[in-house]
Amino acid sequence: MKETKYWTWHMAAGAALLFLLGLHMLIMHTGGFAQWFAPHGNGADSPQNSLFRDGKLFFTLTYVLMLAVALYHGLYGLRTMLFELTFGPAAEKTITVILVAAGLGLFGLGTWAAVAAHAIALAGARG
Amino acid sequence: MPELSTAPRTIEFHIRRYLPETDSAPHWQVYEVPVRKGMTVLEGLHYIKNQLDPTLAWRYSCRMGTCGSCGMLLNGRPALACNTQILDIAEESLTLAPLCNFEIIRDLVPDLCSMFDKHSLVRPYILRANEGEINDPAGEFYQSPEQLERYVQFAFCIKCGCCMAACPTLATDARYLGPMPLAAGQRYNADTRDAGRRERNLLTGGPAGVFRCHYAGECSHVCPKGVDPAKALQLLKRYLVLDYLGLHGRTTPCEKLEGPGGGERRPEISAAPEKTVEPARR
Amino acid sequence: MAEARRHENKLGLWGWLGGGRWGIERYAYALHRLTGLGILFYFLLHIVVTSLRAKGIYLWAAGGILHNSFFKVGEFLVFSAFAYHALNGIRLILVELGFAVGKPIEPVYPYQSSLNVQRPLLVAMMILALVLLAAGGYTALAR
Repeated sequence: MKETKYWTWHMAAGAALLFLLGLHMLIMHTGGFAQWFAPHGNGADSPQNSLFRDGKLFFTLTYVLMLAVALYHGLYGLRTMLFELTFGPAAEKTITVILVAAGLGLFGLGTWAAVAAHAIALAGARG
Repeated sequence: MPELSTAPRTIEFHIRRYLPETDSAPHWQVYEVPVRKGMTVLEGLHYIKNQLDPTLAWRYSCRMGTCGSCGMLLNGRPALACNTQILDIAEESLTLAPLCNFEIIRDLVPDLCSMFDKHSLVRPYILRANEGEINDPAGEFYQSPEQLERYVQFAFCIKCGCCMAACPTLATDARYLGPMPLAAGQRYNADTRDAGRRERNLLTGGPAGVFRCHYAGECSHVCPKGVDPAKALQLLKRYLVLDYLGLHGRTTPCEKLEGPGGGERRPEISAAPEKTVEPARR
Repeated sequence: MAEARRHENKLGLWGWLGGGRWGIERYAYALHRLTGLGILFYFLLHIVVTSLRAKGIYLWAAGGILHNSFFKVGEFLVFSAFAYHALNGIRLILVELGFAVGKPIEPVYPYQSSLNVQRPLLVAMMILALVLLAAGGYTALAR
């Protein structure tokens, strides 16, 4: 039932991404609710507004969650496509190991960056 | 006597030929076939074999869309030759090729063994804890019309292989079970007489199972009997997820009814003969 | 029985693209895979680029390299891929959990299948995807 488990989580991750990525798109690409997450007037993705959001624990945690969910959904999808090309079991094991390693590596990178940016933003706010 | 059908027109049949004794690869061969309105592709093939080329080989049997033997690619689309009228799909030429995703034995004859092997893997028969209830029945199983309707659509499958040829996953993944075996699995899972769902889940929920289906829908699109294997596979996924989450309610297979007892045999009716065949052991 | 030489007959990757057959759900499936790969490729780069903010590097700031037209067009393409993939994904979540496929029925010719039942959902999702695309395009042009 392992495939059932992976697939169920893939669907759940997809549903979660609809919400999280939808929010991300709304924040980054529309002007609505700007004062909550982009109080500096020069576009939601400006360095000042990025730093503002990085200082908020809500955004740090949400970014990390979104990163985990998106990496799982995307890399499981890639694994499915590769497995349908009929490689042998050894090649499939290798593919799984590479994708898990890449996923964990990128998750580590993104989480470190979110935490470090959070610390920088808080230091900047205090100092 | 008035002419009942229109005068024949000539349609070119482009047929994918392959003779393993002499050919290294399949090649196209063209035949000119006079076609009348209402003539099926199977009748066209008979014309070719009788009048033009007796070496052409293909499978057929019932010629009425019920045995599933004559599945082939007609203009690139899997269909039965016996229930496809030539003039419905061709104006000047028609291409015929053996069903894809199967090895070719010869001409239009695919090797369907892989499909039948996968079919037998899902144990497509009623499984009960007590095998005696199936092998040596002493009574009937009760099933309401509503319970029948949950699976009867998937029981109309004639194992023609058209869905297997149409499936995009089978185009690249040889291990995938495919729409026909998985729909057969769902047919038995949904049957209230069956108790083998958890056993089948190990295969249908595995790496070669139903999660390799991504609802391209081609299987249902080409099925000549309206079996809708795509629907069966999505329902199979739902039940697998419910089983994984532990949300599937306890299902007990339907009980065996006792036979109609208490009746008296009329004297002029003789008793049933002694059994001469023992039920097969699985 | 004499063993005759069999000939391989798989469609391969051409089979993912429809193999010359028709059926709109087949093409929706192929496009879903293509957009998924595109989004994944963008996403892996996105993680690396946005992680640089921890070092004070904001590559996406106004006037930077990521604002040149090649990247802007690419960003719109990724957004289109996201719009399609997300809305088709909603349809797939519903269908693959057995919600939008209809009940099993005894087949009576002309056959109606789950494809007929979910077709309105597919059309609705595609219309919403176009609306989202238009909204995204408008926002991109307005900036």
